[in-house]
Amino acid sequence: MGIEIRGVNKNFGDFVALQDIDLSIPSGQLTALLGPSGGGKSTLLRIIAGLESSDSGTIEIEGLDATGLPAQKRNVGFVFQHYAAFKHMTVAKNVAFGLEIRKKPKDEVKRRVAELLRLVHLEQFSHRLPSQLSGGQRQRMALARALAIEPSVLLLDEPFGALDAKVRKELREWLRRLHDEVHVTTVFVTHDQEEALEVSDNLVVINEGRIEQIGTPDDLYDRPASEFVLSFLGPVTRLGDKLIRPHDIDITRYEHAATATGRITRWTRVGFEIRLEVTPDDVLHPDPVQVIVTRTEATALQLHEGAQVWLRPRAGAESVVS
Amino acid sequence: MTVDAPLAPGTARKRRARSRTTLTRSSGLGLGIALTWFSLLVLIPLCLVVIQSVDGGWETFRQTLTNPQTAAALRLTVLQAVYVTAINVGMGTLIAWVLVRDSFPGKRLLEVVIDIPFALPTIVAGLVLLSLYGPDSPLGINVANTGRSVFLALLFVTLPFVVRTVQPVLMELDRDVEEAAASLGASRFTTLRRIILPSLAPAITAGAALSFARGISEYGSLVLLSGNLPLKTEVASVRILTYIENGNEAAAASVATILLLVALAAIVLLQVLSSRVARRG
Repeated sequence: MGIEIRGVNKNFGDFVALQDIDLSIPSGQLTALLGPSGGGKSTLLRIIAGLESSDSGTIEIEGLDATGLPAQKRNVGFVFQHYAAFKHMTVAKNVAFGLEIRKKPKDEVKRRVAELLRLVHLEQFSHRLPSQLSGGQRQRMALARALAIEPSVLLLDEPFGALDAKVRKELREWLRRLHDEVHVTTVFVTHDQEEALEVSDNLVVINEGRIEQIGTPDDLYDRPASEFVLSFLGPVTRLGDKLIRPHDIDITRYEHAATATGRITRWTRVGFEIRLEVTPDDVLHPDPVQVIVTRTEATALQLHEGAQVWLRPRAGAESVVS
Repeated sequence: MTVDAPLAPGTARKRRARSRTTLTRSSGLGLGIALTWFSLLVLIPLCLVVIQSVDGGWETFRQTLTNPQTAAALRLTVLQAVYVTAINVGMGTLIAWVLVRDSFPGKRLLEVVIDIPFALPTIVAGLVLLSLYGPDSPLGINVANTGRSVFLALLFVTLPFVVRTVQPVLMELDRDVEEAAASLGASRFTTLRRIILPSLAPAITAGAALSFARGISEYGSLVLLSGNLPLKTEVASVRILTYIENGNEAAAASVATILLLVALAAIVLLQVLSSRVARRG
C-alpha cells in the first residue's frame, strides 16, 4: 500500500532525469524527497501525480495501478511551489473547485469548505481574492484546495520554497501538526535538509536521477550511506582521513592524543555559534578544518584567532572514511 | 478643470484636501497635463461633433436618421461590425492560443503575417481585396457590390486586434494553474471554461472593443470592393462623406454622433459581459 514505484526511468532529450527508480512510500506517513536542484525529485513527484509521464516503469497508488491514468483520475492532491491559485476566484471558490467539479450537493460543498478553511486557519478570508493574501496564506489555501477532494495521496512540490525564512519555519511546523491530524499519505519535495529532517517521517535522498539512501531522518543523519548523503544533510569537514561534522570535533588548547593540530586562522561569529577554521600543521592534510563551537565553549577554552589548538573527533561522533 | 489650487501650508483647507485626494504636487501636474492633452485631442472635438449634430435643431438629427438610405447604411455597418467582432473573438483567441502554446515550423513567419492588416494602408488592402474577390477574381469568387464584401473587408482589417490583445495575457498565464485544475479532476474543457477563459476575458473584451470600433469606422478597405450602392452596400463612413460633399455638415455630424453612441454602448456592454465571465469562474 501507499505508493509503489517500480523501475521508473525518465529522460528529457539527452538529459537523464530519473534512472531505475524503485521506491515504496508507506501509507499515512510524511515522506520527504530531498536532493539538490535538478536532481530529479520534482520530476518523480510529477510522475506520481500524472503531470509528467515516465518513459518506463509502473506507479501504484494505494494498491491501484495508476501508470496509464491521467492526472484527473488519480485522485492526488498537488501543491505547487508558486501556489497556482485560481486568481479570479475567491478563497472559498478555490477550495470548492474540486468538489464542484465532482458535482457534490451545494450544502455539502459549503460545509466542507468551511471545515477546510478552519483547518488551515483561513476562515475569515473566505471572500478574499488570492491576490489579497500573503504568500503563506496562499499556500495554506492551496493546501486546503488539494485536501478538499480527499486525495489518496498529497504531493507537495517545494511547498515553502517561495516563502521567506520565518514564514517557512512556521509553515513547516504547521504542516507537521496538520499531518498528525489528517494522516493522509504525504510526499513533499525539498532541497532544504533542515526542512526535511524536521518535518518528515521518512527521507529519500535523490541525486542525479538516482536514489542515494532511504530511511528515517535519524538513520540518514547518523548513518549516511555515502559521502554525498553525509555532506547534503549538514555541514561536513575533513579531519585527517575522515569526513566529520564540524560540531563533532573536540577542540582543546593543550596537547593530547589529537588527530590534528594547527592554528585558528579564521573566526566567524554567528549569534551563539562560532565557526572556526583551523589550518593543520600536518603537511599531508594541509586543508583547513572547520570547527563549530558555542560562544560559551569558546570563552571557557580561551580560544582566539591565531591560537594553537588540538583537534580530535568527539566521543560518539559519526564519520565516514573517505 | 482645476487640478490643484495653491494653498498656504498648514491651513485647514489643505488638510481637508489632503484627506480626500492622494495627489502630490508632481502627480497633480501629471494629471493636469494628461487631461489637457486628452481634452484637446479627444473631448473637445467629440463635443463639437455632438453639438454640431443638433445645431440645426433636433429636426435635422431626426430627419437624417429617418432617411432610409442613412438608416440602411447605419444598420449595415453596425450589423457587419457585430458579426465580424463575434468571429474575431473566436478566431482571434484560437490564433493567439496556437501562437503561444504550439510550436511549429513557420511560427515566426505567422507572427509577422498577423500584423500585416495593421501595417497595410487600408486603401492598399482594399485594392488587394478587389483584385482577389472582385469581378476579375483569379479564384472565381466575386463578392463585389454585395453585403459580403463589407464583411470580408472588415474581417481582413480587424483580424489582429483580438490576437494581439489575448496573446500577451495567454503568455503570462501560469501552466501550473492548469495542472492544479487537472489534479483536482477538471477535464480539459472544464479547465478552459472555468480557469482559462475567465482569465482571458478582459483581454478578449479589449480586443473585441477595438475590433468593433474599427469595424464601424472602416472606410478605405471596403470602399473599392463594396461599390457603395445606396441601401445595399453603403456604410456609415461613406454616408458621412457624401453628406459633407453635399455641404450638409449637420447631417454628417448626426451620423457621427450615432456611431459614437454605438461604440460607447458596445464598450459598456463588452465590459459587463467580461466581468460576468470573469465572475462565473
